[in-house]
Amino acid sequence: MNLSLGPLLYYWSRDDVLAFYDEAKHWPVTRVYLGESVCSRRHLLRLPDWLALAEQLTAAGKEVALSTQTLIESESDLKTLRRIVGDGRFLVEANEWGAVRLLSEAGVPFVAGPTLNIYNPETLEVLAGLGAQRWLPPVETSRAALASLLERAPAGMETELFAYGRLPLAYSARCFTARHYNLPKDDCQFRCLDHPDGLPLATREGAPFLTLNGIQTQSAGVYNLIGELPALRQLGIASLRLSPQSRHMGRVVEAFRAALAGEGKAADALARVMPGPSVDGYWHGRAGLECGTQQAC
Amino acid sequence: MPLDLICPAGSLVSLKAAIDNGADAVYMGFRDNTNARAFPGLNFDEAQAAEGLRYAHERGRKVLLALNTYPQSDSWQRWTGAVDRAAKLGMDAVILADPGLMRYAVRHHPQLRLHLSVQGSATSYEAVNFYREHFGIQRAVLPRVLSLPQVENVVKNTAVEIELFGFGGLCVMVEGRCLLSSYCTGESPNSAGVCSPAKAVQWKDTPAGLESRLNGVLLDRYGKDEKAGYPTLCKGRFDVGGETYYAIEEPTSLNTLDLLPDMLKIGIAAIKIEGRQRSPAYVAQVTKVWRAAIDAVKKDAAGFKPAPAWQDELNKLSEGQSHTLGAYHRPWK
Repeated sequence: MNLSLGPLLYYWSRDDVLAFYDEAKHWPVTRVYLGESVCSRRHLLRLPDWLALAEQLTAAGKEVALSTQTLIESESDLKTLRRIVGDGRFLVEANEWGAVRLLSEAGVPFVAGPTLNIYNPETLEVLAGLGAQRWLPPVETSRAALASLLERAPAGMETELFAYGRLPLAYSARCFTARHYNLPKDDCQFRCLDHPDGLPLATREGAPFLTLNGIQTQSAGVYNLIGELPALRQLGIASLRLSPQSRHMGRVVEAFRAALAGEGKAADALARVMPGPSVDGYWHGRAGLECGTQQAC
Repeated sequence: MPLDLICPAGSLVSLKAAIDNGADAVYMGFRDNTNARAFPGLNFDEAQAAEGLRYAHERGRKVLLALNTYPQSDSWQRWTGAVDRAAKLGMDAVILADPGLMRYAVRHHPQLRLHLSVQGSATSYEAVNFYREHFGIQRAVLPRVLSLPQVENVVKNTAVEIELFGFGGLCVMVEGRCLLSSYCTGESPNSAGVCSPAKAVQWKDTPAGLESRLNGVLLDRYGKDEKAGYPTLCKGRFDVGGETYYAIEEPTSLNTLDLLPDMLKIGIAAIKIEGRQRSPAYVAQVTKVWRAAIDAVKKDAAGFKPAPAWQDELNKLSEGQSHTLGAYHRPWK
């Protein structure tokens, strides 16, 4: 079982993005997912910039995959998608079925992303037949549901699991960050830049609940399966996806590396650098915001 | 025919109300979590479905069956069994979201007409055409996230008929890509066929006002003069940056009556009315207004103007008594 660095879900300055991936070259992650998967208006890094980063990370010994936009709305979104598929140098993670179509037509292997809604082995088999070599379950998948699916998973299919970070829960045509600032989406003034870990949303009694990240809504709680490594190994999970946060990401990766190596206190070290409370309800088949087994939450 | 009117049937009484008031087709679900309105007391057993089919077919109308949740691995046969029953009953189409289930339907019931559910989250013609090529889908229901020019671009680039939501509850998120409900309650439309399930709702009168909670999470608090709506998670008031407001969406309904001429022009095959959970009286009233409006726009698209009486009627029925054009009208975004 190894570690993957998931796609950056937030909008950061160009310098911050480049510095982040410069550091990531030295982190114990096997694979790095790059690209803009949330909002087409985010342009501080354009596709050629992501491709250049992909080359650099490959040279640093990382496997690289390009993650496609989850919500495709316009012809220009499709154009970007076709350029990603057409480039051909890197593995691609398909986050909706238009990308699956283009990748299977191109006859290249791909990663079936967590928003393809793969809830059963039959759908996974369809994807295997189209060229998927790795897949991610929807983030709401429980351990029991995953175990049941994996009993009949296609041979050779690798499973990667979203194991750490604020959960990407929903996508919309509307930008909730722009809405917060009373700005139209088309003139959002790129306010996401002011919120490198998203904009916290709390209930009217002050309980943290969700995180607004442009058109994406995330959990406020931080999904954290560091305490579940034995179960994950038993299921035969190939890779754990760690989702980027703006601060201390190197220490997050290090905590997971230490935990995989069986070193003590890794969960405590992780708890110190998490941007919110731990949640793992989904894994235990309960409400996602619940926290079952870990003491930290 | 373009602009078929597709109405919700949560029960046999609603089905008859829809047919009697001019629906071209109704859509229904079986009485379990194989459809995205798996509410207690709603939907059809096999005998009721057969009776509904008979009622509709005798009047030259159609019945579509929603099997639009995602089959779970340990109960896969519940979904394939539902497809088998749909074929046996003679459903005019099944509305599916899951590719694995589509493959099953194609292999076992090649004559069964397939529609892509809105829960399939297809927002581009590349995605729609994927389902066409692999499973032969005849129609796709688009999520309520595209502007009309974007919808038109899909229509122009696919042979698949396009169906749009015209009226009813407004999902602000891409359908099939929203897990807010399971984050809060453990049950989502994808896996359990419910959003903000009633069993997780709590109401409480407090000194600060009437509170609505979902699995303990405070969704809203209403003052004396405020009307409290059903606590759908995304339509609560929350605190963001010290400001309390409808951070995601107001409790409003979708109403696209004004857009009918455009929808006709760009070649929309069907308009869907949301609301299998609503009463037969609601279904009757909404169907009646939309039948009149669609007939009027087909007769004279250039001169079409929604009658004030129609809008009044629909506004009375709307959630929060207000309506929006949603994403079809770009400034909403």
